[in-house]
Amino acid sequence: MDWFIYAGDDPGHKLMIMLIAMALFVLVMGLILFIVDRPANAPKWLVTAGFVGPALLMLTVGLLYPGLDTIRKSLFNRNGTEFLGLDNYVRAFTEPQFLLVLGTTALWVLVAPAAATFLGLVYAVVVDKSRFEKFAKALVFLPMAISMVGASIIWKFVYEYKPNTGAVEQTGLLNQVLVWLGGEPIQFLLQRPLNNFLLMVVLIWIQTGFAMTLLSASIRAIPDDIVEAARLDGLSGLGMFWRITIPSIRPALVVVLTTIAMTTLKSFDIVRTMTAGRYGTSIVANEFYEQSFRQNNAGFGAALAVLLFVIVIPIIIYNVRQMRLAEEVR
Amino acid sequence: MSTVAGAAGAARDKSEAVDALVSTPPEPKRTPSGINERARKAKARLSNPWASAIALIIALLWTIPTFGLLVTSVRPELDIRRSGWWTVFGDAFAGEGVFSMRNYEAALFGSSTNLISFFLNSFVITLPAVVIPITLALLAAYGFAWIDFKGRDILFVAVFALQIVPIQITLIPLLSLFVAADVNGSFWTIWLSHSAFALPLAIFLLHNFMKDIPASLVEAARVDGAGHVKIFFQVMMPLLTPAIAAFGIFQFLWVWNDLLVALVMGGPDTFPLTVRVAEMAGSRGGDWHVLSAGAFISMVIPLIVFLGLQRYFVRGLLAGSVKG
Repeated sequence: MDWFIYAGDDPGHKLMIMLIAMALFVLVMGLILFIVDRPANAPKWLVTAGFVGPALLMLTVGLLYPGLDTIRKSLFNRNGTEFLGLDNYVRAFTEPQFLLVLGTTALWVLVAPAAATFLGLVYAVVVDKSRFEKFAKALVFLPMAISMVGASIIWKFVYEYKPNTGAVEQTGLLNQVLVWLGGEPIQFLLQRPLNNFLLMVVLIWIQTGFAMTLLSASIRAIPDDIVEAARLDGLSGLGMFWRITIPSIRPALVVVLTTIAMTTLKSFDIVRTMTAGRYGTSIVANEFYEQSFRQNNAGFGAALAVLLFVIVIPIIIYNVRQMRLAEEVR
Repeated sequence: MSTVAGAAGAARDKSEAVDALVSTPPEPKRTPSGINERARKAKARLSNPWASAIALIIALLWTIPTFGLLVTSVRPELDIRRSGWWTVFGDAFAGEGVFSMRNYEAALFGSSTNLISFFLNSFVITLPAVVIPITLALLAAYGFAWIDFKGRDILFVAVFALQIVPIQITLIPLLSLFVAADVNGSFWTIWLSHSAFALPLAIFLLHNFMKDIPASLVEAARVDGAGHVKIFFQVMMPLLTPAIAAFGIFQFLWVWNDLLVALVMGGPDTFPLTVRVAEMAGSRGGDWHVLSAGAFISMVIPLIVFLGLQRYFVRGLLAGSVKG
């Protein structure tokens, strides 16, 4: 039995297990569909169960049960033996160390989505209908394909620091620019609160392409007669941008902002790769990992996970409200 | 049978119409004067030096960091320590040999990094973790869209709502489940976790696409005596290829680039590239020769897939967010 579960470090064995898993999956699904399809007029509950059942089972075991169990665990101590009530939550909101984490998280959620949306919008407007539009967009779009780990390494290299002694040359671009300008090199990732913003740059760098794509599409969808009428009224340039473009794409702006805000809240890769949460850069998503799997404090980690979920809810309510409003206007 | 195939064939002719539905938002009808107007505006904008300057600055900021690391990854180790990557062009101009693939060799096959085996892990993780959720979601989406059963709407809203559950909230109990079942640290746990996490969005997206298929097609097939299974395979599947491609790319990028799930669920024998490269950034932070090469080794496959299928990706993005 172990043979089917663990492959060790044997490449052939790994591939075999993968093929077996795929074959098993195809076999099971084929069997389900065969049973559902076989009788001339199968009862409807059977057909329904055949189509919807596997996914629902997966969701129950993989999402619903674990989610509820985490909420329960968050009321217990580190190994679940002692009921603590809301102590874990109280701890998260009172100990200075975790207050700092919450503050940093708030900073991320406020700054990163706004910056990415703003840059995406500006870029979409300035390259719209230009000769290099496709190419220009692809450049900004490409980071979306890169993992946050890869992006973090790319930027960590930009922030690289060498002490400024004698003949040592800087190898990080940002410090080299500082030196060229006559300044002293800085250990960027150690400087609080600057380092938090430098970490955010990575997320902004990734998410701007997403904002640009969506906003560019909705700018194109603005009806020409509105633009025409505004022009007859004497609007142009920035006036047109503020009075016509922005109000017309408001629903898309809300979607982009809230989507990026949710990504920001959950993204842990960047902090993990760049600083592992040291030097005052930890955010809730990283602290969750740290507490659950490094400090082995499952109860407190669970409370942080629930906190993540709770913070998402107002963002989503706002999103849904705005959608409703937009639909009513239409 | 033949009518079903015929219906699907007719549907393929209509696939352009479906395409139009799929690629939201619809292009507005433009009057000729509108086109001229826009052309004039575009010219005005291009000649606006500020706009060009902004575009250029953003484009440079978005490319230079990647380019710098790429150049670094093909420089000899000693050079990387001694000087910045931007000095390379002067040296190359002076005719010195400054490029080598040694770093990639060291990163892929060196005994201390051995990225080739992590590359294999990434592959072994990704394939089932993309195929399984898409298959399950296709079936469920069909059920929610075209089978009329009791409690359907409530169930669908529930599935939709599960989208907002952050992955973090499920990890600890899921891990305990896997430990109890004695499978922790194997590929199975990673496949199952990714599959479950992907389902809400997948079902929602594919359901939207399926709803857009004209009911008359389904009716025609039903009159012809086709059951749900036959309709699913012969009417839906051919029409859904773009939607499947769109979500497939999402899921592929998500799984290949994932760090958290693999880190929590996996073990030393199953860790993918992301985990190993992130670990190297911590433990060998100064070894930029293997780190830069490692980063690009982990990025090459997603970049190829992304560039090749970008069209579908953009469509999926627009459909998912604008409708969602």
